[in-house]
Amino acid sequence: MPRDRSIESVLVIGSGPIVIGQACEFDYSGTQAVKALKAEGIRVSLVNSNPATIMTDPEYADRTYVEPLTPDVVEAILERERPHAVLPTVGGQTALNLAVALSSRGVLDRLGIRLIGASRRAVEVGEDRRLFKEAMARIGLDVPRSGFATTVDEARRVLDVTGLPAVIRPSYTLGGTGGGIAYNAEEFEEAAARGLDLSPVHEILIEESVIGWKEYELEVMRDAADNFVVICSIENFDPMGIHTGDSVTVAPAQTLTDREYQAMRNAARAIIREVGVETGGSNIQFAVDPETGRMVVIEMNPRVSRSSALASKATGFPIAKIAALLAIGYRLDEIPNDITRVTPASFEPVLDYVVVKIPRWAFEKFRDVSPRLGTQMKSVGEVMAIGRTFKEALQKGLRGLETGHGGFGRRDLDDARIREKLLTPDPDRILYVKRALELGWDHALIHRMTGIDGWFLDQIQQIAAMKERIEPSMDADTLREAKRMGFSDARIGELLGTGEGAVRARRHLAGIRPVYKRVDTCAAEFESHTPYLYSTYETECEADPTDRRKVLILGSGPNRIGQGIEFDYCCCHGSFAFKEEGFETIMVNCNPETVSTDYDTSDRLYFEPLTFEDVMNVIERERPEGVVIQFGGQTPLRLAVPLHRAGVRILGTSPDAIDLAEDRRRFSALLTELGIPQPESGTAVSLEEATRIATRIGYPVLVRPSYVLGGRAMAIVYDESHLEEYVREAVKASPEHPILIDRFLEDAYEVDVDAVADGERVVIGGILEHIEEAGIHSGDSSAVLPTFQIPERHLETLRDHTRRLGLAIGVRGLMNVQFAIKDDVVSVLEVNPRASRTVPFISKATGVPLAKVAARVMAGRTLAEQGLTADLAVDRFFIKASVFPFLKFPGSDILLGPEMKSTGEVMGISENFGLAFAKAQAGAGSTVPTSGVAFVSVHDHDKKAVLPLARALHEMEFTIVATRGTAAFLNERGVPAEMVYKVNEGRPNIVDRIKSHGIDVIINTPLGEASFYDDGAIRKNAILYGVLCTTTMTAAAATVEAIRALRARTQVDVVSLQEIHAARAAASRPPAGHLSIQVGGAP
Amino acid sequence: MSRDDARAVLALEDGIVFIGKRFGRIGETSGEVVFNTALCGYQEVLTDPSYRGQIVTMTYPHIGNYGVNRDDVESSRPQVAGFVVREISTAASSWRAAGELNRYLDEAGIVGVSEIDTRMLTRHLRTHGAKRGVISTSGDDPSALVERARRAPSMIGADLAREVTCAAPHHYRDGVRTPDGSAPYRVVAYDFGMKENILRMLTLAGCDVTILPATTPAAEALALDPEGIFFSNGPGDPEACAYAVAAGRELIQSGRPLFGICLGHQILGLACGGTTFKLKYGHRGGNHPVKNLATGQVEITAQNHGFAVDPALFDRSEYVLTHLNLNDGTVEGFRHRDLPVFSVQYHPEASPGPHDSHYLFREFVARMAERRAPRDRAGSGRR
Repeated sequence: MPRDRSIESVLVIGSGPIVIGQACEFDYSGTQAVKALKAEGIRVSLVNSNPATIMTDPEYADRTYVEPLTPDVVEAILERERPHAVLPTVGGQTALNLAVALSSRGVLDRLGIRLIGASRRAVEVGEDRRLFKEAMARIGLDVPRSGFATTVDEARRVLDVTGLPAVIRPSYTLGGTGGGIAYNAEEFEEAAARGLDLSPVHEILIEESVIGWKEYELEVMRDAADNFVVICSIENFDPMGIHTGDSVTVAPAQTLTDREYQAMRNAARAIIREVGVETGGSNIQFAVDPETGRMVVIEMNPRVSRSSALASKATGFPIAKIAALLAIGYRLDEIPNDITRVTPASFEPVLDYVVVKIPRWAFEKFRDVSPRLGTQMKSVGEVMAIGRTFKEALQKGLRGLETGHGGFGRRDLDDARIREKLLTPDPDRILYVKRALELGWDHALIHRMTGIDGWFLDQIQQIAAMKERIEPSMDADTLREAKRMGFSDARIGELLGTGEGAVRARRHLAGIRPVYKRVDTCAAEFESHTPYLYSTYETECEADPTDRRKVLILGSGPNRIGQGIEFDYCCCHGSFAFKEEGFETIMVNCNPETVSTDYDTSDRLYFEPLTFEDVMNVIERERPEGVVIQFGGQTPLRLAVPLHRAGVRILGTSPDAIDLAEDRRRFSALLTELGIPQPESGTAVSLEEATRIATRIGYPVLVRPSYVLGGRAMAIVYDESHLEEYVREAVKASPEHPILIDRFLEDAYEVDVDAVADGERVVIGGILEHIEEAGIHSGDSSAVLPTFQIPERHLETLRDHTRRLGLAIGVRGLMNVQFAIKDDVVSVLEVNPRASRTVPFISKATGVPLAKVAARVMAGRTLAEQGLTADLAVDRFFIKASVFPFLKFPGSDILLGPEMKSTGEVMGISENFGLAFAKAQAGAGSTVPTSGVAFVSVHDHDKKAVLPLARALHEMEFTIVATRGTAAFLNERGVPAEMVYKVNEGRPNIVDRIKSHGIDVIINTPLGEASFYDDGAIRKNAILYGVLCTTTMTAAAATVEAIRALRARTQVDVVSLQEIHAARAAASRPPAGHLSIQVGGAP
Repeated sequence: MSRDDARAVLALEDGIVFIGKRFGRIGETSGEVVFNTALCGYQEVLTDPSYRGQIVTMTYPHIGNYGVNRDDVESSRPQVAGFVVREISTAASSWRAAGELNRYLDEAGIVGVSEIDTRMLTRHLRTHGAKRGVISTSGDDPSALVERARRAPSMIGADLAREVTCAAPHHYRDGVRTPDGSAPYRVVAYDFGMKENILRMLTLAGCDVTILPATTPAAEALALDPEGIFFSNGPGDPEACAYAVAAGRELIQSGRPLFGICLGHQILGLACGGTTFKLKYGHRGGNHPVKNLATGQVEITAQNHGFAVDPALFDRSEYVLTHLNLNDGTVEGFRHRDLPVFSVQYHPEASPGPHDSHYLFREFVARMAERRAPRDRAGSGRR
């Protein structure tokens, strides 16, 4: 059955902002899908609120809507575009849920639009536990025994079915709170009673415990002719009980016999049929009892998933692309395999290597959150490594995490805690498993405590045994054996006490160098035409470098808070631009979720950790003209100096210029020389020095380790005792670098400037004004382009400073400058001579791809030659809002500060400031209400400013409730406000009101350190209950403006980037909107 | 054990030598070096008689992870001439494991080599074709081993079926039941090196199987009045099995349902008047897409063969191509236009491999049921 010609236009739904559990793998899948559909001549429209994605680049879809992913908005887009079909299977659960909502509302039927890829029924069966269980029963498959109960009596009856231990899950509690596991009858009664109490519908699910069972996933595809293939099998190193997103996972499955594997495959085939996924990919999870082999089905996702992105990278089989082609009617055997070119996609990839995925967490940013791993996913990124053995892949993966040790090298393990660490999984568990093995713990015992399969333990045991043989007198064969097991030069150097360089030299002397093997989907059975490579220590090398002009682009490694999709976006753009300039492009990265690690993004892909050793090995093999380090964030930037010292040419801004901007002393001297104001600052390497500096410049001070991204370990310190505490933490956070201490400019306005420079000229891409107060990390703050309340004279100063800095530092490529404006003085906070988080945002707004421009500068083309001489401008408001992971971290404090905590961002676009803000909020998941109850509680010095806002709310028929002081203040001035208790004043208090859904919007500025925790409770519950909460007067004013705009709006307005850019090209004009409420104390 | 004691060498006839570590039995072996891309199922591969005379390289690097067990066997013992892996597991992790692979091979006398660049070897075989080779733990000079590899027998013209077939006719299993409760179907199976799972599948489909030696003349087989005849898989060159080709010719004309797999399929191809040829490096693994031309469905199949039927056979009108390999367009199955004769090149019994093609056993039974039907209607009834 060839392509369905009745589908001429398709709307693809993206997944929105990056959140835990739904990250840039959906940019990868969406981009593949859009490209595949376009190549078929289909008119593609796309909606995704996340501007940092490649898929929302205007050249991919015909119409690209960076709009909130809400049913109203997508309905408006469907009304405008009238596509023949909607493809919801490449945008995560977000897209599926939207599709179901549109279907339920009757929108699809009304407009005659088909859902392709997955039917509404398939989505519902995949999501609903009861329906899924019934479906499995129909096809005779086993699931964990379970039942629902609404009383303790009923619960006891269910227990007869499930047996002990049993898992108790209260229905409809937020973040899965109140769940637990019971090992005996007494615990069960307790847990059941508590669960019933916590559940708003007084219902619990009681499930047979499969904790500790072996966990497997199959990535499968099916076409409309019922052809079915398994793309990849995945075995979890961490057993059931730890979310697969938080598990170390391995492809292919390692410990299944063919008999068991085929039983699983048959089950998967029956499931995808029964659930009714007519075309596309699905992910199906299984648990296997390690004692008896009993297999149960856990769940299935009728869509492209995080695991399918991993499976695509692990096998070379592009699942999302194929899923898109299947959705428009193709059959698997009609689609060629890109890698072999001669064989069809209707086959099952085989591997001749091992793939290991290791999650990366961000617990260091959420200190009050338990790092304990469980069924709720908590990791923010992942690294994938390929090796010829599990041992090699595991050690490559561990060093790819960039957690400061070359694999298993951490020395701060506490032997006394092994037992506890094995029993209670956290990110360090694998390190403790190895430690236990080193100490001779029995495999069976470790297996009982962790559920980790004996085969994996045996593999790690071999690594432990190898370590013992690494000694100065070892011969070349032993060194080679260690390299074959994945030991890094750095780790071997550490064990020998000689350092990495000496090991490298010794290795080269002995002729021990890695070779590169290809990922080819077929274990070498057919020739591969795609240079997708990984390193290993074997005999034959398949790199086969060309003699073309070539550049190497270093990616950004695993996603983490502060270094995510934005940098991958820049790396991809760098690659595209160099390709257009006639260079061969070579990407090095180890993040399986990204577009940059798609095999057709660059000419060549090396799937390698971003360490000096691994990168240098590729450079020695490929001999590129230069290396691009300014797109991948701090990860490649850290390699600038070592690579430069090794004689590698760094393209663009020189390592010395980078150092000039990053080294506080040099940078400070430069600012003084240029006569540009800066907050008073100093650099300390000891506590004494830190105290001295802080006393000199005066508290509060902003402290941080040098060379960090995302405000890692950055803090505002108000007094000496906190400073002392901090210095001890910070030294741990970044041992090689000193601590920077800056005067903290309280109540300043902060501004981000992104620019591109070629050594002769600096062109400003955009000036973003932060909506939150100073002291909140720029990655967390809402921001608006263009600025909306900064006088022109300050804008002039910003531009002038940016230009002079760019030229003085010698930036060739991208730069980002952060300014603070206070008391009419514009100070420079920092300059980052690299891609910044806001580059994709500004590129989407202006229609000028800044990273590509920068890459062309690196390739030798001046800005003038590129026709880019004037600063860029926009003709409407583009507002960025950030998205936070607090919901996934019950108990965490929601207060924002200088340490970045957001995982993603969205863009709201409108000619009206208020609407742009409302859209940004909607995109980020908060609803701006148009009526209801507003809670107002502000610091004394904000009271004057809040008055007009409260009055406006009152005039818009909001009921106002306020804490005692604020209520009195408002009532005295003629704004009726009802008094509500603070948390510690009595009941019902404000938190009770929030919990009973009695509050629609919150204006709450911090009341100072005294009521810190009170405020925390309000913000926490605001997030849990989805109430829009603003913590600054600027944000409050913007919110009121948004309410006003929404009330005045007559219809949902949507606009595509292509229309915006065309309009700007047609006529340059200033933004039309303006703030009707001015906030007091504008700079 | 010093390092040299642990050494094993794989030498190919074209002079390529790999130095690795030994496992299994100490000693020397020779055979045709081939590769198999299956990710699991090594015990079934080892015990498959079709690998007689072959040194099998597994392309997946970790082999032996789940040990060995009593059930996953295709014959009573390992059949391969030698075994090549990247890494042999030192742990046997499975609730069904009865022992470790290394020891199992040692006990069975199989010589193996590990720790070599098996991907390089695979690419070499892919580019230059299957090669004769020697694995030796002797420490002899590699050039001497290359010489010995050159003297190893060629697969072309090798009649290996005769080596692995059973000695005398025997009955497989009593108490067979058909899914619909009718009497079991009397089937004779020509054993050219038959995999155990074929017998399990036939039995499951309701066949009461009598196993015949490869050289059984057609008349002897027909004397048992079988309702169906089966031609099994097996090792070696089909052209060397002239005795079986001759039997095939007669059996086709008997009008009884005849089903062939792998070598059995090649022998039937020859019996139909076709020819066979040796593939450059064969098909061995569990991921080969085969299109069923009647339904248009793609089956993911288990494969293990070095020879194939030449498609020129279908220029003659009474035979029809039924299954096509989508990777390289080779013949994967055919049937007679009128007679109930059909065969496939691949392994519908899987083991190891996907179960997509089990339907063929049901088809075989359906052909036999069709032959019974008129008699049923005539009242001659079931036994």
